[in-house]
Amino acid sequence: MLAYIKSYLSSSQTPGAAGNMFWVLVYILIIFTGLSIAVMLMTWLERKVLAHMQVRLGPMRVGPHGLLQPIADSLKLLLKEDIIPTEADGFIFWIAPFIVVLAAFTVFVVIPFGPTHAITDMNIGILFMLGVSSLSVLGIVMAGWASNSHYPLIGALRSSAQMVSYEVAMGLAVVSAVLMTSLNAEGTGTLSMIGIVQAQQAQGEWFIFKFFPLGLIAFFIFAVAMIAETNRAPFDLAEAESELTAGFHTEYSGFRWSLFFLSEYTAMIAVSSIAVTLWLGGWLRPFPNWLNSPTWDKAFSLFPGIALLFLAAMCFFNAARMPKHPLFRVQTIGLAVFGIVLGLIGLFLFIPAVSVRVQDIFWFAAKVAGFMYLYIWYRGTFPRYRFDQLMQMGWKVLLPIGLGVLILTAGVALVQQNLWHP
Amino acid sequence: MLSGIMLIGGILVITRKNPVHSALALIVTLLAQASIYLMLYAPFVAGVQIILYAGGIMVLFLFVIMLVSIDRSMKERQFNSQWVVGIIAATALGGLFIAVFTKGKDIFPEHALPMVENDNTQQLATMLYGQYMFAFEIASLLLLVAIIGAVVMAKKRI
Repeated sequence: MLAYIKSYLSSSQTPGAAGNMFWVLVYILIIFTGLSIAVMLMTWLERKVLAHMQVRLGPMRVGPHGLLQPIADSLKLLLKEDIIPTEADGFIFWIAPFIVVLAAFTVFVVIPFGPTHAITDMNIGILFMLGVSSLSVLGIVMAGWASNSHYPLIGALRSSAQMVSYEVAMGLAVVSAVLMTSLNAEGTGTLSMIGIVQAQQAQGEWFIFKFFPLGLIAFFIFAVAMIAETNRAPFDLAEAESELTAGFHTEYSGFRWSLFFLSEYTAMIAVSSIAVTLWLGGWLRPFPNWLNSPTWDKAFSLFPGIALLFLAAMCFFNAARMPKHPLFRVQTIGLAVFGIVLGLIGLFLFIPAVSVRVQDIFWFAAKVAGFMYLYIWYRGTFPRYRFDQLMQMGWKVLLPIGLGVLILTAGVALVQQNLWHP
Repeated sequence: MLSGIMLIGGILVITRKNPVHSALALIVTLLAQASIYLMLYAPFVAGVQIILYAGGIMVLFLFVIMLVSIDRSMKERQFNSQWVVGIIAATALGGLFIAVFTKGKDIFPEHALPMVENDNTQQLATMLYGQYMFAFEIASLLLLVAIIGAVVMAKKRI
């Protein structure tokens, strides 16, 4: 048993490809807990950042700077009464949140956090991701219809129309990135998520800079379409508070509602990871060409530890700034202990054997975190679109541009493949 | 087991009175079909099946069904009562399947299934854009004609 567990550690494959069930389970558990924690952090960060953008303080009461607010929120949601409307279609009402959550979490099977850090590597990775995430719209439609009420139905109809139309533009952008993977000696591309990042490594260029500005435009189309896909501001017409109360989940409460909430944030992380994998080089560190010596490799591998130490220092700084009132003593001590924990984790990451394995995950997570911040930023900045403007943008702007970029990419790739490297 | 799910789903599609339930049963059937494709070492076909049918077409189905008033259509008499013709057609199709199953060795060339999971997509692409280029182009032209026809019929003034 122990030998079976140890045998994977030296391999250079994903646990799924190596067929090692134990490590598959471990990875699934790690990713599930990691995602849940990330979603909790994200809700805290969103409220905090939005508040600061609007010159408010945001959550301050529960824990130092409201750090424990997500825990209080989730407790409240779990203890709430679970209501199923009498006129609702029972079975569909019951199963809809599970379908949405299932679709949001299944996607993470193929996301590569590093060359070996993925549950499995599928031959049709990106296709699988798009397909499974397109299933979540079914859950939303079912929820809206089964509630047997007007607001949810309108919300579900809006949401499904929006997601189906933006999927087209999204697909075109993805195809133009997949096309870039075929620029090698054999001339065959790949759909596997790990393969796509390895192609960027082999070509020494992130696809966002490839054939400038074609890669950038494709990335931009994807970045717009992915906000529409996840029903976030400024495209959050499906749950526009001022028009539809809460859209498709108006009739849901308590735990079921929290499942919708969880899946929305998980889906945001999932589409951000697609964007990072396809255009931003996945787990690759910044400046691989410009700063490429073993010394720089060493320096960049110190980053995860330094980042955590910085967070720890921030904790201590704020603990020192806490009001010197007896009522704040518990909070001050708590913040200091949190800082010590973060600092210890940071020091642990300086061990070379650990940092080599962790730095891929760190760079991937850092890029995804950038996207998550952008989501909050959009929500704080842009006013909501009208529905006809949204449709016009999807079909009349993004789709033609996407088609044009695809054709141009194919043309440039053909010229480069045949003329420059005959 | 997958074919069992498919069969149950298919029966539910035609027996449910509520059209939304029928559509959802159809989705289950299509997903089970995608898994059968996966078991036949055709991951690309399975992925496309999920994206196009389960994720795209069925959502549009549901979209239309939800816009139609369901209460009225529930009361209306269902028009799937031509069971004599149905049984004849089903027996004919079943007979064809049994014939293919028993005499299949003579009709289709027999060889072991190659394990092509690793470059399935690439092989499919070479086939589609190489050997069957003409048929592929004709099919896409047909779809284009259908789209234009739908637009012409739906729009009053072009």
